[in-house]
Amino acid sequence: MSPHVHGGDSVKRNMRWVIAAMMPALLWSFYSFGLGAVVVTLTSVVSCVVFEWVINKFILRNPRNTIADLSAVVTGLLLAFNLPSNLPLYIIIVGALFAIGVGKMTFGGLGNNPFNPALVGRVFLLISFPVKMTSWPVPHQMSAYTDAVTAATPLADLGNANLADLFFGNIGGSMGEVSALLLLAGFLILLCSKVISWHIPISIFVSAFCFSVLFYAIRGGMPFADICMLSLKHLCAGGIMLGAIFMATDYVTSPMTHKGMLIYGVLIGFLVICIRLFGNYPEGMSFAILIMNAFVPLINNACKPKRFAKEVKK
Amino acid sequence: MKTFRIGGVHPEENKLSAGKKIEVMELPRQAVFPLSQHIGAPAVPCVAKGDVVKVGTKIADAGGFVSAPIHSSVSGKVLKIDTAIDASGYRKPVIVIDVDGDKWEPSIDRSEDIVRETSLEPKEIVARIQECGIVGMGGACFPCHVKLSPRTPVDVVIINAVECEPYLTADHSLMLEKPEQILIGVQLIMKAVNVQKAFIAIENNKPDAIALMKEKTAAFPGIEVCPLKVKYPQGGEKQLIDAVVNRQVPNPPALPADVGAIVQNVGTAYAIYEAVMKNKPLFERVVTVTGKSVANPMNLLTRMGTPMSQLIERAGGMPEDTGKIIGGGPMMGKALLTAEVPVCKGSSGILLMTEKEAGRGEEMPCIRCSKCVSACPMGLEPYLLAKQSERSMWDEAEVNEIMTCIECGSCQFTCPSNRPLLDWIRQGKGTVGGIIRARAAKK
Amino acid sequence: MNVILVAVIALGLLGLILAAVLYLIAKKFAVEEDPRIAQVAEVLPQANCGGCGYPGCQGFAEACVKASAEGSLDGRACPVGGKAVMDKVSEILGLASTDAEQKVAVVRCQGSCAHRPRTAEYVGVKNCHVANATSGGETGCFFGCLGLGECVAACSFGALHMNPETGLPEVDESKCTACGQCVKACPRKIIELRPMGKKGRRMSVLCVNKEKGAVARKACDIACIGCGKCQKVCEFEAITLENNLAYIDPAKCRLCRKCEDACPQHSIVAMNFPPRKPKAEEPAKPAEPEVKKAPEAAAPVEAPAPEPVPVAPVKEAAPKQEAQS
Repeated sequence: MSPHVHGGDSVKRNMRWVIAAMMPALLWSFYSFGLGAVVVTLTSVVSCVVFEWVINKFILRNPRNTIADLSAVVTGLLLAFNLPSNLPLYIIIVGALFAIGVGKMTFGGLGNNPFNPALVGRVFLLISFPVKMTSWPVPHQMSAYTDAVTAATPLADLGNANLADLFFGNIGGSMGEVSALLLLAGFLILLCSKVISWHIPISIFVSAFCFSVLFYAIRGGMPFADICMLSLKHLCAGGIMLGAIFMATDYVTSPMTHKGMLIYGVLIGFLVICIRLFGNYPEGMSFAILIMNAFVPLINNACKPKRFAKEVKK
Repeated sequence: MKTFRIGGVHPEENKLSAGKKIEVMELPRQAVFPLSQHIGAPAVPCVAKGDVVKVGTKIADAGGFVSAPIHSSVSGKVLKIDTAIDASGYRKPVIVIDVDGDKWEPSIDRSEDIVRETSLEPKEIVARIQECGIVGMGGACFPCHVKLSPRTPVDVVIINAVECEPYLTADHSLMLEKPEQILIGVQLIMKAVNVQKAFIAIENNKPDAIALMKEKTAAFPGIEVCPLKVKYPQGGEKQLIDAVVNRQVPNPPALPADVGAIVQNVGTAYAIYEAVMKNKPLFERVVTVTGKSVANPMNLLTRMGTPMSQLIERAGGMPEDTGKIIGGGPMMGKALLTAEVPVCKGSSGILLMTEKEAGRGEEMPCIRCSKCVSACPMGLEPYLLAKQSERSMWDEAEVNEIMTCIECGSCQFTCPSNRPLLDWIRQGKGTVGGIIRARAAKK
Repeated sequence: MNVILVAVIALGLLGLILAAVLYLIAKKFAVEEDPRIAQVAEVLPQANCGGCGYPGCQGFAEACVKASAEGSLDGRACPVGGKAVMDKVSEILGLASTDAEQKVAVVRCQGSCAHRPRTAEYVGVKNCHVANATSGGETGCFFGCLGLGECVAACSFGALHMNPETGLPEVDESKCTACGQCVKACPRKIIELRPMGKKGRRMSVLCVNKEKGAVARKACDIACIGCGKCQKVCEFEAITLENNLAYIDPAKCRLCRKCEDACPQHSIVAMNFPPRKPKAEEPAKPAEPEVKKAPEAAAPVEAPAPEPVPVAPVKEAAPKQEAQS
């Protein structure tokens, strides 16, 4: 049966590139947060893979185990990126169990999960252990991982944060989200390896920036230049970069067409700014993405690709 | 550089036999002529067992308007009218002729002289083409005279010389060796449908052919070479029209002629030249024999009815690691059940894939990466159509326009999960097509 | 106290008003339903097993009432209640009782690997329809079972399974309800519903190959070659020969088993007869073809090659049947 040749692309190849793209930010987190980051990452990845293997083997009884496709590794890495580097191990393991068990395997495994598993795990932990999840160690403490000095997220006091620090990652925060620059480097890697298209991240950046400017302007009391500065800081601080580049672009839980991706991205940007400015949580990226994940099937139905000869007449 | 607008992929080209001279294949000992070598009604045999035929003798009449007659490519005696496995993988009716010498019908002009002028009227040209059994030589084998009798006036002829399938070089080599004959053929097509403008579309991975054709077209007013960016499936009729003249043919029942264009393969143009100017029916064609472990990939001028095994022998024999024999190119060709399948009007190539290449990758779950959606040249959602087909959701598949799929295989080619998307879509197309026909019949 | 009272009264009132609204709306938008549906549903077992192929007993009742408009319950049967229930249903719907003989799915192909050499390898979706549309299959026989088990998947009763040795589906006659799902599922129409016959005894031509003899024999050494010997030997004109293939009309077959002996290819198989020794001939019993199809039995859809029904076949003479494919 034709076609008899294949392009050579594979799930594994895509996952490998995603992992490669996460490397700069991961290494930076090792550098900033020291041993704690290494421990958290290892725990998260290992427990995700183990849970996937166990569930496949003993619950789903899949004859062919699916850990070889590396998707569990990616989930583990993403989960670790979303955690503070001083989180107790048992919490990480619970998070991994929830991410893989509830977020992914209950729905049938890779390809069937409506929500991004890493985010499901992260939000579960955030709600269950709010204090532990939101006290981040200050970078460059280099101490053993449980007794690092902790600090609140820069989001709580964005006005006084330094944009350059935010951009280069000289701040506290979840492991993977601190350095906007290195996350952008990951974005470039993903684009060049054609793993993702530009639509989702760019639309999130643009929309988050615009809505942030808009809301601050409505609130008033600040010169326009400051508003723009503040909005830029929003982009660089917290989880927007990480979420936009690595989480919102998850194949399984994002729309299929470019038009759909743009809608999805714009709405995520809108939601995240809403949550940050008007909500109880200082951070809203995880929630914004999860909420939009739920709308993906609708977006898919509404946004069909441009059919041949449908829009272009002559 | 022009190309079509939606989707497309770029498979490895592997044009192993590019630039090789066309060699003449020796006669087979026995020639086999399937009665269904074209789209439409099968031909009806007009010879009986024991009849003596010459090269060019008609052995089967057209079975309807959308059909084409078949001519013997050899001289000899009709051995039997039987069944044999053809390229479809099923046993189909065939005429078998025992070859005895090489006696041609006297009406055929066998000289090498290039005939440039004809006094035939457009209608007569079409009639001659019909009589000579010419069909589209690109692979689909649509009877040529039907295309040349458009229901609406057309203003442009596009000659398909893109040969976007990897490996195949039959059209390429033909252009290098018979450029003038091809151009005269194009002129005949233009005359037949009363068109002043023709484009010869060539992908820019064939710079020698582009240069040669450009040089030769200087003497042919109205014919222009149109180089195209390499992208599969540019040879698809709809994609080609989009690429060359920027028009998109609507879904069936619309035909290319409805947007004023007619597409003919470059091999067809050559066959038309031979039919009209040399009175030679369609009974031989250039066939590429290729594959990574084939000793001498080559282009062979082959008489119809020659078993493919003989061509493979000529190209150095069947490699030991052959995993699959494919009639046509790797993207749209069909794996053959046996190498005894005869060369037909639409056999553009024989591709021997090694065992390693022949296997499919392990199928994984769909990760909804949407690469198939981006690759689909028709703007469809292959992942969705395949799923709907798998679950027998025919109505939904119809709504999602499964019938407009051109089966180019780009989706399956690009799928990181190795999913058999096209297998399912083809199945769905067949079923949905049946449902639509049944509905139409009810009305 | 007062607060509680107010709350109770307010909630009580609210409940009353909403109840009234609900009642009125239910009245107003009540769906007219054929009363017979309820009656039919009444006599059904209410096991809601879905074995009939409909969503529960209610769904089946609706389907029966709908079908009664066309005057026949053919193809609808309750596998749990069996004939008794269906008779009651027919009575409610004013139809003649669909008394028919029990049927069973028969896989008309015996082309196991041993009999039918593989000539090619199919790589593609493991689905009989897809494979059938692609090519003739993995063997020289383009009519026989493809062995991809679509019939097995179609059977809701677990009456079919693929025999890994032969690569053919086998019917468990005790589970087969003759629902016809497998017949529909097979792209090559290899499975046929045939009357069960007394004690399950019946004769079938287990081949659907329409090629000429030599071609058929080359592809499969137990293919029907259309020699017509069975037709000559049959005293009851139960065997017809068409397209190089014999077919046994179960209505005419008297189970004499002469055709079985006559068949040079062993394509005719007698099923469920006691071992040959004792008697060559069983008392003739006319099998009736037809009639009701109980909703049971699924046969494999397209199966790969050979071997049809595996029920302890003993050979006897039987008429051949012609396969259609």
